[in-house]
Amino acid sequence: MGNPMKIRAAAKDGVTEVKILMQHEMETGLRKEADGTLVPAWFITEVKAQHLGRTVLEAQFGQSISKNPYLLFRFKGGAVGEKITVSWVDNKGDKREDEAVIGA
Amino acid sequence: MNTSNVKKIFLLCALAASSAVLAVEGDVSDSDRIAQYREMISDGNPADFDEMNGAELWKKVAGPKQATLEKCDLGKGAGVVKGAYAELPRYFKDTQKVQDLESRLLTCMTTLQGIPEEEITAKPFSSDKRKSDISALATYVVGQSKGIKMAVSLKHPKEKEAYEIGKRVFNYRAGPYDFACSTCHATSNVRIRMQDLPNFHVKKDAQDAYSSWPAYRVSQGLTRSFQWRLNDCFRQQRFPEPKFVSEVTVALTMYLAVSANGAEYAGPGLKR
Repeated sequence: MGNPMKIRAAAKDGVTEVKILMQHEMETGLRKEADGTLVPAWFITEVKAQHLGRTVLEAQFGQSISKNPYLLFRFKGGAVGEKITVSWVDNKGDKREDEAVIGA
Repeated sequence: MNTSNVKKIFLLCALAASSAVLAVEGDVSDSDRIAQYREMISDGNPADFDEMNGAELWKKVAGPKQATLEKCDLGKGAGVVKGAYAELPRYFKDTQKVQDLESRLLTCMTTLQGIPEEEITAKPFSSDKRKSDISALATYVVGQSKGIKMAVSLKHPKEKEAYEIGKRVFNYRAGPYDFACSTCHATSNVRIRMQDLPNFHVKKDAQDAYSSWPAYRVSQGLTRSFQWRLNDCFRQQRFPEPKFVSEVTVALTMYLAVSANGAEYAGPGLKR
């Protein structure tokens, strides 16, 4: 199980802004160790954000995304006090899911 | 006026407007763009994770003495973390020397927890393979001074002495390149590749630079402590590697911290 994400969400004028900071090594699979051995690829492949059971964002990630990825997006709807759930899956099948309550 | 003329005028206006926009965009300097980028990602600083990790380490029982660091005196009394970093380095009576944050943390880890000094100083900085506890602790402590004004004292003669040594170190030219800190950090509006270099003789530059360290280095994927920053400056000058929390690094920190006095501490920062 991956390390926890940091999720912040704020609703304003009917639009919710979500900021997600994920903890992940995001290895490209191209980097080499000092001794020349290849560091195996290890990166998030899918990110999904849900608000009250409705998918508000679905993303496919790849090797070009940086270590500890940061993602900001907005969606229509959402109100203070409601929950938002974010989950990711990486290429090793590891998963992580975290929740946040929408603030003002 | 016929329709084609109206169209032409409209087109001209549109062109003028778009070129004006281009001109404005062209005026935005690279450093402004970097500032915009920093603003955009300011809520997404991965140093937050090191802060969380450090906060846990602070409360975690460790070492042969099976103790936490919660009684560690960072200068504002045993266990007071809030605002402590804004007043460091300072003179400590118990150790009878001027200490910066990392040197003080080392004292606490060795005295309170009984961890041998060599065990900590052997690898005091984080690497890809291994995260440094002392760096995480430092990240946690500095985070507790966010928004607090830097107020480093020069009242004690030892503090004054450290400041004077630090000032000399800053201007000391040596090494195969005949470099001093001041070679790069005493002139305004110069840069190294994309990075604007702060001029430490200008108050605002000194404040902006000092108050944004320790920082998460995006290019390294690690949060870097202030001791690391100085260690790397020495390396870039091709100086011999300074000992972790040695007198010279603490003195230099003292000089830089005092130069930044009055600044609102803004770390842990986020760097390229």
